[in-house]
Amino acid sequence: MSTLDRPADQGLPPLSRWRAPRTWAPRALLPDALVPRALPLLVTVVITAVASPLVFVAVQAGQAGWAQAQRLLGRPLIATLLWHTLSLAAVVTVGAVALGFAAAYLVERTDLPARRFWTVMLAMPLAVPEFVHGYSWVSLFPQVQGYSGAVLVMTSSLYPLVFLPVAATLRRFDASAEEVARSLGRGRWTTLWRVTLPLTRPALAGGALLVSLYLLGEYGAFAMLRFTTFATAIFTEYQLGFDAASASLLTLVLCALALLLVTLDARAGRRGRLVRQGATARPGSPVPLGRAKVPALLAVTALASTALGVPLFALGYWLLRGSSTTLPPASILGAATTTLGYALTAAVVATAAAVPVALYSWRRRTRLAQAAERAAYLTRALPGIAVALSIVFFAVRYAQPLYQQPPLLVAGYVLLFFPLALTAVRASLAQVPPGVEEVARSLGTRPLGVLFRVTVPLIVPGLGAATAMVALTASTELTATLLLCPTGTQTLATQFWAYTTGLAYGAAAPYAALMVAMSVPPVILLTRRTLGPKRPSETP
Amino acid sequence: MSGLSITGLHAAHARTPVLRGVDLLVTDGALACVLGPSGCGKSTLLRVIAGFHSAVQGEVTLRGRLLDDGRARVPAERRRIGYVPQDGALFPHLTVAGNIGFGLPRGQRQERVQEMLDLVGLSGLGDRHPHQLSGGQQQRVALARALAPRPELLLLDEPFAALDAALRTELRTEVAATLRRAGATAILVTHDQDEALCFADTIAVMREGRIAQTGTPHALYHQPVDAGVACFLGEANLLAARIDAGRATTALGTLPLTAECPDSRPSTAKPSTEGQGTVLLRPRQLRLATEPGSDTVPVRVLRSHFRGHDHRVELATDPRPGVPEQLIAYTDSAPPRNGSPLFVTLHGTAHPVGPVVPPDPAPAPAPAPAPAAEDRAHAARASTR
Repeated sequence: MSTLDRPADQGLPPLSRWRAPRTWAPRALLPDALVPRALPLLVTVVITAVASPLVFVAVQAGQAGWAQAQRLLGRPLIATLLWHTLSLAAVVTVGAVALGFAAAYLVERTDLPARRFWTVMLAMPLAVPEFVHGYSWVSLFPQVQGYSGAVLVMTSSLYPLVFLPVAATLRRFDASAEEVARSLGRGRWTTLWRVTLPLTRPALAGGALLVSLYLLGEYGAFAMLRFTTFATAIFTEYQLGFDAASASLLTLVLCALALLLVTLDARAGRRGRLVRQGATARPGSPVPLGRAKVPALLAVTALASTALGVPLFALGYWLLRGSSTTLPPASILGAATTTLGYALTAAVVATAAAVPVALYSWRRRTRLAQAAERAAYLTRALPGIAVALSIVFFAVRYAQPLYQQPPLLVAGYVLLFFPLALTAVRASLAQVPPGVEEVARSLGTRPLGVLFRVTVPLIVPGLGAATAMVALTASTELTATLLLCPTGTQTLATQFWAYTTGLAYGAAAPYAALMVAMSVPPVILLTRRTLGPKRPSETP
Repeated sequence: MSGLSITGLHAAHARTPVLRGVDLLVTDGALACVLGPSGCGKSTLLRVIAGFHSAVQGEVTLRGRLLDDGRARVPAERRRIGYVPQDGALFPHLTVAGNIGFGLPRGQRQERVQEMLDLVGLSGLGDRHPHQLSGGQQQRVALARALAPRPELLLLDEPFAALDAALRTELRTEVAATLRRAGATAILVTHDQDEALCFADTIAVMREGRIAQTGTPHALYHQPVDAGVACFLGEANLLAARIDAGRATTALGTLPLTAECPDSRPSTAKPSTEGQGTVLLRPRQLRLATEPGSDTVPVRVLRSHFRGHDHRVELATDPRPGVPEQLIAYTDSAPPRNGSPLFVTLHGTAHPVGPVVPPDPAPAPAPAPAPAAEDRAHAARASTR
């Protein structure tokens, strides 16, 4: 770069020098050569940090040694846990896929009355955290517990994770595939089975993966339903403080299960991609339900009232009943402020960390970019309890002064919600027209100038939305919060948990209600982003 | 003084070579066009010139200033090369004036922006945002933005491809006029031969990472170096011919050879003047008559269709060696029904394409050059005005 770095005007004919003397500005303070190298470096640092929990868990588990590991893993407890976790995951996933697909089909492809209303109602159970679902059922119907209780509660709370992507696919895909099937002499049911269902396969696979990952990582709801899975066992082992090696071994098995699921999904989702999607697709006319209209309406009503009605009723009931026993509102306000403070700090850090990664993979598809994307995708699969435990181990071993301090909770949230922030930042970068950065450089602007004059102004609204979404989602996190919360700090989730475990359902209700209220905006945002602002058939 | 000079340029995507020894010369003030099918590397060539992609080897110099030699490269922002991508890539967060003024120092913005708005005929639209403009207006703003800092070279990457047909024709004429008025040196990249033929002073036809031929639009159309270039620029009838003494004797008649265009052929690859070869006849060089005359050849109408300004006729010939089974002719008057007999006469001059093989008795010291070797030998030269 030595000779080429000189100002370019030297060899120019007099005319050109006269024409634009200062257009290409003098050298900036920061050497340009630094900038292209800074980004990959930053990406590497962020990805290493995000992927570190797995390493720490492995290191901790390694402390046990091979013989002890064999002994620990050979316990009958492990077999029970595996059976509980896997059979529940299988049953709930199948149930959620069936409910989610049926609901999405009714709402998107038939003439069900008030389809918009039902779309919102059927997606809303997502705004109720799983442990609040568990709380609602257990507090109203004490007989709901164990395996069957877990199936009921988890299926009704997790089916929207299938419903939303399938509805989005059904809304976007071109009607011609179904029409061609009909024109080839296939009936409505055959068409549904042989065309519509295969076309939604990637969405179904993605939704099923999310459901099963949630199930692997869930702690609060299962603890409440008195159903033992890997997550609850890990939590108990850790809290009883028997030995960290055992807990980390269990965590390692849990992580392995999660990664196995991701791999399975990558295989299943590959086939059946939509050829045409997006704006060019023409929506089909809704399938008339005819005499099935009333049963269909009854079905969606039953689903919505089970999944959304029960939690809302429980919250209302306990808010009214428990008002006499509730502590003064000041403590709720204090907990809410503390929660938001942690969540916002974590959201800002996570979004800031996501920007270089998203930017890098948006600009070019190098190996590092692909690796970064995959690593972020894999960390999404890590259960919250694994992330939290790995941070605890890290603090205990390498950063003792930080143990039980606020930065650890923030770090936990950042690691947990980094994938969410990355998705949101990537979505806002997708709005940036391709090529603007290059054009800006061809106009004589340095890479850093391009970043601050073009790229950042374009994604600022998206960054705001990403931060808000991460903050609100983190506010309702329970598992990692319980493990990482500094001693004496009260957040909404810890307070709720403290009251619930003491069976003070009335006192817990305001905290739960507040968390549900805080979850509504992110869920609306998610629904909007997944489905698009309105149905294509409604646009003129 | 020469403007842009590229010699022996190689570039690759990951490990796939894309440019394999491009030579190109664009003089100051010229409008040049790089024409080639998609995937031939023309966009990569443009991106190497702009500084968005690095060369593996070779040299890119602009007005004597070395931009890239495969080791060191001037960053894009110091090259003084304007760039208009296919979709314009306007900054959506800035107004039209903000877009045009982006590359200007603050003090000069207001005056120069006004000047550029006038130049592209958008005066009064400076306060609009890009999404409030039509596709054609957006491309004009992109052009004004690129021209505003007075670049030494302007690169246009298929800038009209996203527009509909009528607007495309209108805008490219207008842009060519604007560029000439601004005295800019520009390179347009396109796969559309009509666009190339009507836009540029010089066209470089690109194929598989190399420049196959460079010349004026007229020279390229009538005197292509080989069958590939001939067919890429328009429909062609290729006939086997015996070539000697400045004449080509084909199965359909004898025609004088085209006078050599000095720039389109490198001296090293001068074809032998005598022997067997292939000649090019454009469809317009075939005249059709219903009655036989001297020198006419009988043919049958295979099919024809009306194209508005003329008729395109496919003709079937009697199977004879050296005559393609089908000929294509354009006529102004409606041809008779399919299957009717017609008589063809050849007009104009015949242009030999590809190698001319000397007759058999000749000794064999000069082997027929392989096409690839020939391409490389064509150090493409853009000579203009």
